[in-house]
Amino acid sequence: MIFNRYRRGLFITSFLAAPVILYLVYVISPYIQAFYIAMTDWRGVTATPTFIGLDNFKRLFDDGTFWKAVTHNGALLVLLPLITIVIALFFAFLLNVGGAQGTSGIRGSKFYRVVFFFPQVLAVAVVAVLFQQVFRPDGSGMLNGPLMALGVKPIGFLSDPGVAFWSVLGVMVWQAVGFYVVLFSAGLASIPRDMFEAAQIDGAGRVSLFFRITLPLLWDTVQVAWVYLGILALDVFAIVWVMTDQHGGPDWSTTVMAAEIYRNAFQYFRFGYASALGVVMFFFTVGFAILSLRFSRRERIEY
Amino acid sequence: MPNTPHISRRELLRGAALVPVAGALAACATPAAKPSASSSAAPVATSAANPFGMADNKPLEVWIFDGGFGQDYAKNIHQPLFKSKHPNVEIKHNATKEITKVLQPRFAGGNPPDVIDNSGANAMDFGALAQDGQLQDLTPLLDAPSWDDPNTKVRDTIDQAVIDLGTYDGTFSVLGYVNYIFGIWYSQKAFRDNGWEAPKTWDEFLKLCETIKKSGKMAPFTYAGKFPQYLYEPLLTMAAKIGGAEVLVNIDNLEDGAWKTDAMKASATAWAEIGAKYLMEGTAGLDHVQTQTAQNKYKVAMLPSGSWLENEQKTTTPSDFEYGMFPIPDFGGSDKMPYGMLHSQPSENFIVPSKSANPQGGMEYLRAMLSKKAAGDFSEMVKTVSVVKGAGEGRKLSPGAESATKAFAAAGTNVVYYRWQTWYAQLKDEAIAATGELMTGGIKPDAYLERLQKKADEIKKDSSIKKYKR
Repeated sequence: MIFNRYRRGLFITSFLAAPVILYLVYVISPYIQAFYIAMTDWRGVTATPTFIGLDNFKRLFDDGTFWKAVTHNGALLVLLPLITIVIALFFAFLLNVGGAQGTSGIRGSKFYRVVFFFPQVLAVAVVAVLFQQVFRPDGSGMLNGPLMALGVKPIGFLSDPGVAFWSVLGVMVWQAVGFYVVLFSAGLASIPRDMFEAAQIDGAGRVSLFFRITLPLLWDTVQVAWVYLGILALDVFAIVWVMTDQHGGPDWSTTVMAAEIYRNAFQYFRFGYASALGVVMFFFTVGFAILSLRFSRRERIEY
Repeated sequence: MPNTPHISRRELLRGAALVPVAGALAACATPAAKPSASSSAAPVATSAANPFGMADNKPLEVWIFDGGFGQDYAKNIHQPLFKSKHPNVEIKHNATKEITKVLQPRFAGGNPPDVIDNSGANAMDFGALAQDGQLQDLTPLLDAPSWDDPNTKVRDTIDQAVIDLGTYDGTFSVLGYVNYIFGIWYSQKAFRDNGWEAPKTWDEFLKLCETIKKSGKMAPFTYAGKFPQYLYEPLLTMAAKIGGAEVLVNIDNLEDGAWKTDAMKASATAWAEIGAKYLMEGTAGLDHVQTQTAQNKYKVAMLPSGSWLENEQKTTTPSDFEYGMFPIPDFGGSDKMPYGMLHSQPSENFIVPSKSANPQGGMEYLRAMLSKKAAGDFSEMVKTVSVVKGAGEGRKLSPGAESATKAFAAAGTNVVYYRWQTWYAQLKDEAIAATGELMTGGIKPDAYLERLQKKADEIKKDSSIKKYKR
């Protein structure tokens, strides 16, 4: 009956309305406002900013520091998922099927599983402060102390522009690996044991076990990991802001898009311009998510 | 009861859901013009005792930057003094390390507080505030009778540099309260014990560095490597010594080629040599506290800093350390400025927001701060020199403050300052990045000046950045 259907529709709508409205107010409307602010010269204090059209976007193309930041995000986008996934896969494989019999983990795998996860528990700011000390350039540094004791010149992990970016990447990998070891372990646990056993009976060694069985069957999980890590690489902010000298230095060698947005908004008081940078970053991130989902689509293997 | 408005449960829920929605939409990120309520207060007649016509029952909201000087000086010195004349004004005292985060939304919302100590690394940008008319014109404060003596104007109790540096667009709107005096800092005890002497010429300085290096007792020189602005300070001051104060004026005014003068080149080259030969190991990766603490532990002999240093380091300095400060040494015979010239500028900047509820009260608070008693007690408490003339007389000063005060007195009119770093934050960040590179040998002096000139030119061309002149 029409009346009943109408009543039911109203009933369902009334439940959906609240989350939709909340989403519109707290997610969609700030986005739209950011797009609007990007087209003003707002400096954060006036109540009536001037509309300047696309000027901020034109200015952005000449902003060398921002493009450096984009390059760093780009490098992270390639390297962070690659390195993290390779290491995490290697560890997960060892922990689950790398043992002598080929069907269980190496000795002490339960212990390692917990230890690998430790970095994930720490807040990013804590990690950043921690590594500031680890990377300290004098004898009090955890890495440079022993180096100097051996008579090696101390390495400016965070103070040498040629090294700083790699230090940041290292810390990000260090923090991320644990989570993906656990993720891949869960994926491996769902692969039937008899597959590995059958392969072993057929004479497969650890290497071919990994490449012929583990990796193909884990592909879905790897794909998820790739997207997550990619977004992490585009989003990175806190670790750079807290850990590196001059919030993205030395000499802009570690700066990232989010740091440039923050710098322009809260240090240069160019909220309009910062919003324009934010809009550009928004498109980078959405573009990445779409592309990576499209290109990593593959036949699901049934087992 | 037939007249009772009937609201169904559903209507009630719907209404309850929509109210916060409307509120949230209105309060989001975009700025919104609000009716200004600030000037609606009925003006009170002005008098000698109340020069700004402050209503004697309106509350006053004060925000203090809780940095190197802490916040106790405001609570224990300034506010009781203010209360002694205006007991009915309720003072709401607040302190934060993050001025911008807390107060920027208040400005955007049109209800800023009445007095702000806008200082620290997270201070609000004065240029942005001035550009938007958010700063109260403090000229009436200058022309008001001083707190101590009705026959003296406030203007005559403070250093002229305060007025020069607090003027934005021809309007005096920022009150620097502390006289920062810059120089090279050392331990008088360490120098005495080792028979070293504060150098008067650059050659002597280099020789001293060499002697200290060879002695093996400590490294000759360091600076806050993570914050290379500590090093561009002596670099620019030395350029002014070589080429005259106009070197810095031209840089401030974004004149063509201002960064690439011979004076700048000579100074950059000289400091790059210090960077290459005499720095403490690891300098580039250490911050100001770490390098200053290294000095307190006698691991390094000299570092560039300002007169806040002694108070900042009071917990780690050995009791017999005896801070001393010497000015930039003579560079050569053709120096435009004589020995003893200094970089000094008023800082710890106080503002009164023009759109606050009680700007008259804010100015009265500043007037109280500028009394001799308030300034003298302040100097003693935080071991530093205030901008109020003669406020330090008869007070017991610590060795570092005494050394800086003497140097300042000896410099007389040979005092320079620069403002580009507060006017153009982007140029400051580029200078920080480039100076770090210069000192660690990443770039040569020519490339250093080239980079800064390029950034200055970019800013000059950018129509969205407000330009200032002095």
